[in-house]
Amino acid sequence: MMKFRFRRQGADPQREKLKQELFAFHKTVEHGFPNQPSALAFDPELRIMAIGTRSGAVKIYGAPGVEFTGLHRDAATVTQMHFLPGQGRVLTLLDDDSLHLWEIVHHDGCAHLEEALRFQAPSRPGFDGASGLPSLAHITVVLLVAAGDMAALGTEGGSIFFLDVPTLTLLEGQTLGPDEVLRSVPDDYRCGKALGPVESLQGHLRDPTKILIGYSRGLLVIWNQAARCAERIFLGNQQLESVCWERSGHTVVSSHSDGSYAIWAADTSDSPTAQPTVATTPYGPFPCKAINKVLWRTCASGEHFVIFSGGMPRASYGDRHCVSVLQAETLVTLDFTSRVIDFFTVHSTRPEDEFDEPQALAVLLEEELVVLDLQTPGWPAVPAPYLAPLHSSAITCSAHVANVPAKLWARIMSAGEQQNPQPASGASSWPITGGRNLAQEPSQRGLLLTGHEDGTVRFWDASGVALRPLYKLSTAGLFQTDCEHADSLAQAAEDDWPPFRKVGCFDPYSDDPRLGVQKVALCKYTAQMVVAGTAGQVLVLELSDAPAEQAVGVASLDLLQDREGFTWKGHERLSPRLGPLPWPAGFQPRALIQCLPPAAVTAVTLHAEWGLVAFGTSHGFGLFDYLRRSPVLARCTLHPSDSLAMEGPLSRVKSLKKSLRQSFRRIRKSRASGKKRMVAGSKLQEANAQLAEQAGPQDVEVTPVQRRIEPRSADDSLSGVVRCLYFADTFLRDAAHHGPTMWAGTNSGSVFAYALEVPAAAVGSEKRPERAVEAVLGKEVQLMHRAPVVAIAVLDGRGRPLPEPYEASRDLAQAPDMQGGHAVLIASEEQFKVFTLPKVSAKTKFKLTAHEGCRVRKVALATFASVACEDYAETCLACLTNLGDVHVFSVPGLRPQVHYACIRKEDISGIASCVFTRHGQGFYLISPSEFERFSLSARNITEPLCCLDVHWPRDATRVSHRSRESPKLNQANGTPGIILAPQSCDGSPDPICKGADTPEPAEAMLSPMSIDSATSADTTLDTTGDMTVEDVKDFLGSSEESEKNLRNLSEEEARACAILIK
Amino acid sequence: MNRSFHKSQTLRFYDCSAVEVKSKFGAEFRRFSLDRQKPGRFEDFYKLVVHTHHITNTEVTIGYADVHGDLLPINNDDNFCKAVSSANPLLRVFIQKREEAEHCSFGAGSLSRRRRPLALREDGPRRRTHLHIGLPHDFRPVSSIIDVDIVPETHRRVRLYRHGCQKPLGFYIRDGTSVRVAPQGLEKVPGVFISRMVPGGLAESTGLLAVDDEVLEVNGIEVAGKTLDQVTDMMIANSHNLIVTVKPANQRNNVVRGSRASGSSGRSSDSTASRHSLPMAHVLQNLPPDEMESDEEADVVLEGVLEPRLAPRPPPGSLTRVNGAGLAPSLHSPGREGSVQRLLSSLRSDPRHSLALPPGGVEEHGPAVTL
Repeated sequence: MMKFRFRRQGADPQREKLKQELFAFHKTVEHGFPNQPSALAFDPELRIMAIGTRSGAVKIYGAPGVEFTGLHRDAATVTQMHFLPGQGRVLTLLDDDSLHLWEIVHHDGCAHLEEALRFQAPSRPGFDGASGLPSLAHITVVLLVAAGDMAALGTEGGSIFFLDVPTLTLLEGQTLGPDEVLRSVPDDYRCGKALGPVESLQGHLRDPTKILIGYSRGLLVIWNQAARCAERIFLGNQQLESVCWERSGHTVVSSHSDGSYAIWAADTSDSPTAQPTVATTPYGPFPCKAINKVLWRTCASGEHFVIFSGGMPRASYGDRHCVSVLQAETLVTLDFTSRVIDFFTVHSTRPEDEFDEPQALAVLLEEELVVLDLQTPGWPAVPAPYLAPLHSSAITCSAHVANVPAKLWARIMSAGEQQNPQPASGASSWPITGGRNLAQEPSQRGLLLTGHEDGTVRFWDASGVALRPLYKLSTAGLFQTDCEHADSLAQAAEDDWPPFRKVGCFDPYSDDPRLGVQKVALCKYTAQMVVAGTAGQVLVLELSDAPAEQAVGVASLDLLQDREGFTWKGHERLSPRLGPLPWPAGFQPRALIQCLPPAAVTAVTLHAEWGLVAFGTSHGFGLFDYLRRSPVLARCTLHPSDSLAMEGPLSRVKSLKKSLRQSFRRIRKSRASGKKRMVAGSKLQEANAQLAEQAGPQDVEVTPVQRRIEPRSADDSLSGVVRCLYFADTFLRDAAHHGPTMWAGTNSGSVFAYALEVPAAAVGSEKRPERAVEAVLGKEVQLMHRAPVVAIAVLDGRGRPLPEPYEASRDLAQAPDMQGGHAVLIASEEQFKVFTLPKVSAKTKFKLTAHEGCRVRKVALATFASVACEDYAETCLACLTNLGDVHVFSVPGLRPQVHYACIRKEDISGIASCVFTRHGQGFYLISPSEFERFSLSARNITEPLCCLDVHWPRDATRVSHRSRESPKLNQANGTPGIILAPQSCDGSPDPICKGADTPEPAEAMLSPMSIDSATSADTTLDTTGDMTVEDVKDFLGSSEESEKNLRNLSEEEARACAILIK
Repeated sequence: MNRSFHKSQTLRFYDCSAVEVKSKFGAEFRRFSLDRQKPGRFEDFYKLVVHTHHITNTEVTIGYADVHGDLLPINNDDNFCKAVSSANPLLRVFIQKREEAEHCSFGAGSLSRRRRPLALREDGPRRRTHLHIGLPHDFRPVSSIIDVDIVPETHRRVRLYRHGCQKPLGFYIRDGTSVRVAPQGLEKVPGVFISRMVPGGLAESTGLLAVDDEVLEVNGIEVAGKTLDQVTDMMIANSHNLIVTVKPANQRNNVVRGSRASGSSGRSSDSTASRHSLPMAHVLQNLPPDEMESDEEADVVLEGVLEPRLAPRPPPGSLTRVNGAGLAPSLHSPGREGSVQRLLSSLRSDPRHSLALPPGGVEEHGPAVTL
């Protein structure tokens, strides 16, 4: 009989219940900047902003902490987004020509952005042929008219279709074809040519019947949809890119593909206007690129804003990504580092205001969001409280520090403020302020540290939903790099014209890849930290509240020791600047240790109490006493036959990367700014792609992938890589005396344990006597399976991990049990094992790979608090595998508790970037610029909890949509506010948490009666959901009617009952 | 005494024609060196060993640890020459009293397996009496078919014994499609197959695995639903004791259950013919359960030179220290003999580990014993 031991999963019901109280898996919030943004929208009433991405995600942001995320079922690019003002609803257009209506609804006690309806444009050729109508294929523009009840869709064929938004149904019979428009155009303009695709649709602020249509060929038409006639016609002859209609309706601004924009007067005569009043090419006279979008904003001062993107001189600055802001004589060319996606201004949209008075300009770029304050002279940038470009330089490592003491928090904050002085005036505050954050003040402060390729370490406030930048530490200043002069050169080369102004902080081009930060460790009690980098540099820094000028002590440590016959073929070590250097307030370097050979640091750990820092590379590890500035230990971990390690970790790949970087730089210089649309050829490409797909499987004989089955051998390449380092006060010598120890684990499954002799501090003094620290090798463990050692931790007599340095001595954690026998937990890629101490013999183990076929990527010991019991918590081992699953094991029993699928197994960078917190949460990169936050704990969850005062003025259609559930809705009663209780489809109203303004119980608000509203009685909308043409006409009605509606609306707004969405 | 035997003081700096010999008798070590080219005769060597260990009036057997970590005997000139010439770099010699040696067989894994019985020497009943098959002692099993009585006849459960790192397991696996009988007829399911055998590898030399055999289980865990990478990782994680259940592509050589022989409830059939069709080199066995257990991997722990803390510490001669006094010139003093002995006895003789260590790796942390 075979004897394979299968661990019996505890079928104990009590334990199962406890597990449910301890563990739960949620992906809670995405931090950072959305990857590959493709569309932008702003709701001036709710003051919320939406960003759509190329992967089909919709993200809505308001005040810090107010966030909603949705994802389209098809991963298609979101090309346009339009808010239904004030309703918390957004209409999205994807590049597969489908329209989606999203709503912010309350569901299961949590706010969600949910897709309510979708509309796929019929693209069957038969459809068009039968009806004789032009095709609704390739929607180019969308305009919401009549407060968002109807949408006009402009198409590539030049037709305009109308859509009822609440039901997302096409309004047949209202379609406006190009022929109908052409009838009003003089013959000599027509001359047999098509008008081209609809490039722009603009609505009138006060008169919803009027639509300004811009065709690609240059024709602009003000169309009266009620009268179905062209009111005004502007015979433009230049290919049109975008149009802006000034709020009064008197002026139309059009931008063109030749880099010019033209201003047309809309209130002069009735005859077709052939010439604009003004036409300028701002960056002429040489050929310029297209102005992709233009905005015209009026001011009471009479100095209007013209804001446009593109239009740069093709030859000299064709590769710049620019937005120009022109007010009277002031022109600023905002020079961005990544492509401009879209931009909007925050301005008054109340119809009664005469002027726009723009407050702020928000520009969405490929890699960041930049907001400028237009009311403060000089138009300064407003620091964003979220949407931080995490990847302004590529993230190379990250670390989380939990429970940051308030004192350190304040010091880091103040250091950050000195770095980025906040504008004094309150005027330049963040303009996107919609919604309220209901989340409680976080009970503890969490700090997320990210190390970057350019040698910076950024400190983020990760306590709440909005990841806020706190402080940036740059280590580049300590070194002499190759590219020092590059910046000054670029400065000198720039002329006065155009008046460029560099904006934004995204700069992916690291001057020297050796500066890259590989490992970071912070001691939160002493504000000391270690930053270790790609060229073997290990920096010990300390937080200082005042600027200082000082020299940094440099030491180098040969990790090869007496090994002969190796030559390092990788990069040179960085040459430090000598002599006193000025350091701003913040973390200032105290010591620099350079490893030899200068391979990337692979592990680092800090013990501030003992004044020791340990670091490892692919060649060995070292121990450094930074109080005495003297090396204590260097140990080579190389296997004699491991020659690859000497060439530098993947040195060939590195140099390839370097040359790639250079060529990217070149491409970036010469790249033309993205073409707006692929008009022709897209069909051809599609067909080609289809053909290729069909042909694919037949003609390629695929050789199956094979995998070699060989045990790990001692001389595998890179077996000497030091994977983890750990300090512990434990029993290594004998069972009677504990003392400082250092542990190191390597790629080949070796663990080295050193007993340290740290001179004890005199009583009452922090200072250590001036005696050398000594390290003696105590134990050497070779794991038989030779898998890389991922983590080492010492457990005390009660089986709990030892506290961090200073944690126990400052009464912040329970003192470890030094009576019972200690144990060391060694986690390798294949198994977890607990060994007794001081005699290292195996106690418990779990062979993960042998059982599950997955390998350990990241592990962390985390404390899981129970949701049921206030003070019950367990320490468990959280583990992320190469398949992207998260497993939790009990400690020290190593019994599997729960496991969840977390990351796709193909997402290697996501798995590599994962970092666990001490309280059962974690972060991983879902794109270069975004961290997904997840939690394994049932209690410790950080997710958006926010409310938004949405009101749906024309809820009648919505009601009709659900009339089968609440048949009595048309009996209007005097419900004071327009309340919308977002309902689930089964008709039972969801409980909504109490409104801030409404003391009445929620049930009263939520009765089906209250859903009906005064406005729905005012309008003459049919509630059966079948909207006829007459209804719509009536609905669009006269301008008085709509103004009345608007007035109603604003009155109601004043006493609107807030809906709190939790 | 033969000329070729030298007593050595500092082994480390010896020229390479000399072979370090570390001889162990009970808890005692002796070190000396031999000439690699001219090791001499076995009788001389035997005398030398008996002399250096001061063994009198007892017959001893001499064994050595070969490169695979197996304990092989030295009892004639030929295997003595082989032992000396294959020593890399150290020749580990184990001496046992002949009557004790009866219980302990030479062969594969005998060094590592011996460890546990040694520790439990006192409780006699625990010790297994080995079934002695009349094979020469330096033969060792390389593979076996196990669990013949519980595995379906169309499947084969193969155990591969790995001996050190020298001989590769030597096979590759791939993804493929297998046909299963399902209630609604035949259905195709993804499976993992052996795709290639490395000539001269362990897997090929056994003849029990072949290209296109479907892998069903790895060490008792079904691979259905697992990806190729997962199965690869599982096999590598178990590579020191790999048990693969396969469905051979060639079904003609299957073991037909001999119900009488194994005593299990299998169908009775003529088993002898099929058994003879198997390659003769393999042992057909149903291993007792604790045989599996005893092959549990054991991690190697090396103790460093740590004395009890309270003792006044003379500067230890660790080469790994950088700071302070650095390299202490005096390696040991008579007073520290005790701790040295302790250290040495704690240096468990696991050749699989120590052979993988860099030259001088074992001695690096402690002083060498000289005669």
